[in-house]
Amino acid sequence: MNLILEPIVKILIVLFINLTLVSYLVLIERKVSAYIQNRIGPNRVGPWGLLQSVADVVKLFFKEDIVPKDANKFIHSLAPVISVVVAFSTFAVIPFGNKITLYGNEYNLVIADVNVGVLVILALTSLGVYGITLSGWSSNNKYSLLGGLRSSAQMISYELSMGISLIGILLMTQSMRLTQIVAEQGGYIFGFIPNWNIFLQPIGFIIFLVSTFAETNRLPFDLPEAEEELVGGYHTEYSGMKFGLFFLAEYASMITASAFIVTLFLGGWQAPFIEYFNFSPFVISLLQLSAFAIKVLFVLLFFILIRWTIPRFRYDQLMNIGWKVMLPLSLLNLIVTAFLILINIL
Amino acid sequence: MTFEEIVFWSLVLVSGFAALMVVISRSPIASALYLILNFFCLAGLYLTLNAQFIAVVHIIVYAGAIMVLFLFVIMLLNLQDETKLRERMNWKSFAAIALSILFLIELFYIFIIKTPTPKIPIHPSSKEIGTVEYLGKILFTEFLFPFELTSILLIAAIIGAVVLAKKKFELTD
Repeated sequence: MNLILEPIVKILIVLFINLTLVSYLVLIERKVSAYIQNRIGPNRVGPWGLLQSVADVVKLFFKEDIVPKDANKFIHSLAPVISVVVAFSTFAVIPFGNKITLYGNEYNLVIADVNVGVLVILALTSLGVYGITLSGWSSNNKYSLLGGLRSSAQMISYELSMGISLIGILLMTQSMRLTQIVAEQGGYIFGFIPNWNIFLQPIGFIIFLVSTFAETNRLPFDLPEAEEELVGGYHTEYSGMKFGLFFLAEYASMITASAFIVTLFLGGWQAPFIEYFNFSPFVISLLQLSAFAIKVLFVLLFFILIRWTIPRFRYDQLMNIGWKVMLPLSLLNLIVTAFLILINIL
Repeated sequence: MTFEEIVFWSLVLVSGFAALMVVISRSPIASALYLILNFFCLAGLYLTLNAQFIAVVHIIVYAGAIMVLFLFVIMLLNLQDETKLRERMNWKSFAAIALSILFLIELFYIFIIKTPTPKIPIHPSSKEIGTVEYLGKILFTEFLFPFELTSILLIAAIIGAVVLAKKKFELTD
């Protein structure tokens, strides 16, 4: 019984936290953009605009759902669902804490600790392209179709360098299990720098970060929905909650992407220097949980800041960076890492 | 029925249905989508066989890359439903149906009536077989030569694709 009940409870908790975080992420994004542009941002609904997200969701639910006349109705409804499912299910393999002991039972703070965790995430992110491509095609609109095609080309191009930049970490950890990758990042380099992969694989980290921006369709890589060229891109013909689902999927995939970056490069739930204090095991578990949360929030804030400071690339520039800069760099990184491991430096 | 059996049979039924719909459905996009569903069921079957690596790679390569390109092509060609291609039933199709049924009966006779499949006991080390570590070890020791041959084949395919893409076509009226 525990075998079934435990994952379900974990899934519900993670889903609840993710959904709440999505709605507040929208608000944070609007606030940050407002301060960057010397405005105040939403401040009418609730204190400091804190209830703005609630108002937004209610509005989306009550909006009329318009489907274009010649659209393929079934695929038109299926596409946002695919996007959301893919965005949320990635969190299943991400370890968000070490172990916690509640009422005498020890629980692992990860939903599914699978042997091929890294590959599962790559597989799920590569499926995200279906939501966008299908929505673009089924809307029967040329701008939507162009947006969908752009996104598939972009995601396929950046998946390559993303995957190859990860192999350096896999070589060092000798495992694809994400809990193992996090566990290896404990300890210190030279006794004071945390043994995180960002310090051991700086080039891999930068390539992975840039590819993540491209994979999540965020500025400066938001070509699939470039307003000036494509109206709204793949979701031009969506309205009401179906549009809301795409919005949800975008922010949810941002959260999972940040969590993935934290897990791989920023030490996951490892909180440095806590072993110098005499905390009880329960407090240590809580501190590790909050270390993970703080790191994820930090990466999310970085995502938002980048969006409002860097302009969009042109499409040919995007392809040039992907194939002629990122891919050779990631291959070079892989060869150098393999060589260093061979001569026992790493 | 045990839990495994329920999972197995539901995967089998769904994948069979999806495979059938790939052939039957008139719209090429629907066929492609059913094929993706079929790939997922196959990946699930691999998982029940404890082959996690194969299952995930199957999804990455087939569902995540190849089928995206298929969809790409179908969308760009803007294929209509294949109503124009509706085939007539003639003696060839009747013969094909009759032969297929005969073949099915033969298979049924050989594998189920004559030699029922014996229950193979689970090998003690079968838990290890599907893991990445095991596959990696075996690929780079016992099967190193075929593995390298495959990579040469892939490189040849990549170079071929680049040459074809670089080729400038003369437009003639």
